[in-house]
Amino acid sequence: MEELVNIFVRSVFIDNMVFAYFLGMCSYLAVSKTVTTANGLGIAVIFVLGITVPINFLIENYFLMPGALSWLGPRFAEMDLSFLSFIMFIAVIASMVQLVEMVVEKFVPALYSSLGIFLPLIAVNCAILGGSLFMQEREYATIAEATSFGLGSGVGFYLAIVGLAAIREKIKYSNVPPPLRGLGITFIITGLMGIAFMSFLGINL
Amino acid sequence: MSQKEQNEKEPLFSPKHIKLLTNPLDDDNPITVLVLGICSALAVTVMLQPAVVMTLSVVCVMGLANLIVSLLRNTIPPRIRIIVQLVVIASLVILVDQVLKAFLYDVSRQLSVFVGLIITNCIIMGRLEAFALANKPWPSFLDGVGNAAGYGIILIIVAFLRELLGSGTVYGYPVIEYLGLYEFGYEDNGFMILPPMALITVGVIIWVQRSRNRKLIETN
Repeated sequence: MEELVNIFVRSVFIDNMVFAYFLGMCSYLAVSKTVTTANGLGIAVIFVLGITVPINFLIENYFLMPGALSWLGPRFAEMDLSFLSFIMFIAVIASMVQLVEMVVEKFVPALYSSLGIFLPLIAVNCAILGGSLFMQEREYATIAEATSFGLGSGVGFYLAIVGLAAIREKIKYSNVPPPLRGLGITFIITGLMGIAFMSFLGINL
Repeated sequence: MSQKEQNEKEPLFSPKHIKLLTNPLDDDNPITVLVLGICSALAVTVMLQPAVVMTLSVVCVMGLANLIVSLLRNTIPPRIRIIVQLVVIASLVILVDQVLKAFLYDVSRQLSVFVGLIITNCIIMGRLEAFALANKPWPSFLDGVGNAAGYGIILIIVAFLRELLGSGTVYGYPVIEYLGLYEFGYEDNGFMILPPMALITVGVIIWVQRSRNRKLIETN
């Protein structure tokens, strides 16, 4: 149990998707103009990461890893399908996103219209595929650990995007030099937020 | 099919085609103007060598993906086009990944998940959707290479600055030590190696580009 909490806190603050690995930057920069849309996208990302990481964990451990197919019989024990992992992961993610899109459209139409094109684009949001690839690289031992990592990464992304949206709403009233307006200043704000998040690096869990 | 006809109509490198290659370098730069493909651009720029390898991989994947999708454009049903595009990109990325693992193992370890993340690099999807689905193979190929080069140029500038100021080397050669600046009390700025400085460097590049090219300035 303690281990799960550790992984969760680590992936929210220390290994934050946005500030430590720059994953999901495109939608992070494009959807952070107002807090409400940022909120919606953040929740969608938590949800999709929380589902796809454990599913991909199962696929990795029971189909793709060297020796993972041994449950089919000794003939398959030598099989190594790990080169297929990119294509399998992205297929799972694309179909999950389709599912989330249908659910949101049915039950929260207001959120659906405000998220616009960015909901289908979660499929190509690098934070989602990145979550699965990091899960593979870090070799989590159980599905519970993988789930807690997925949810933690989602919450980290949520915190980052809502924080940035709040700052951008305020900065509209400031006098920014014209060439920096819009994208430039957003990059610099994100850099400063990243420096703030680096203060968590000293925490030993 | 249509490539031959089209070659007869206009030369292989007509002014229009050259524009497809050069526009993304500045006016339509995928990173600083269109805001696509930021993630990998920031993460692989601590050193110059991974940045160069990453640029080459993206040029390969993007040129070929644009070419393939453009050849298939009349046969892909619009409803499932995203999946088809993802499959094309993912297969190309698997090829690149296997080649890197075989010949450049060290760099491949440094790039870690970011080679896989070329699949979700939004520049590639964006150009497939916006250009390759509606254009002939040869212009699509040029557009792909041009955009990948526009992405690469920012990557290489950022990596050059971060490596020079952060570790005092350029492509692994200790330039600062060679110039003897350390004897005058110069010190490497370790801060440049940390992730947040990549963001601030790109912010400054955008600042410089937009003060030079006024028509890119945003209004709000």
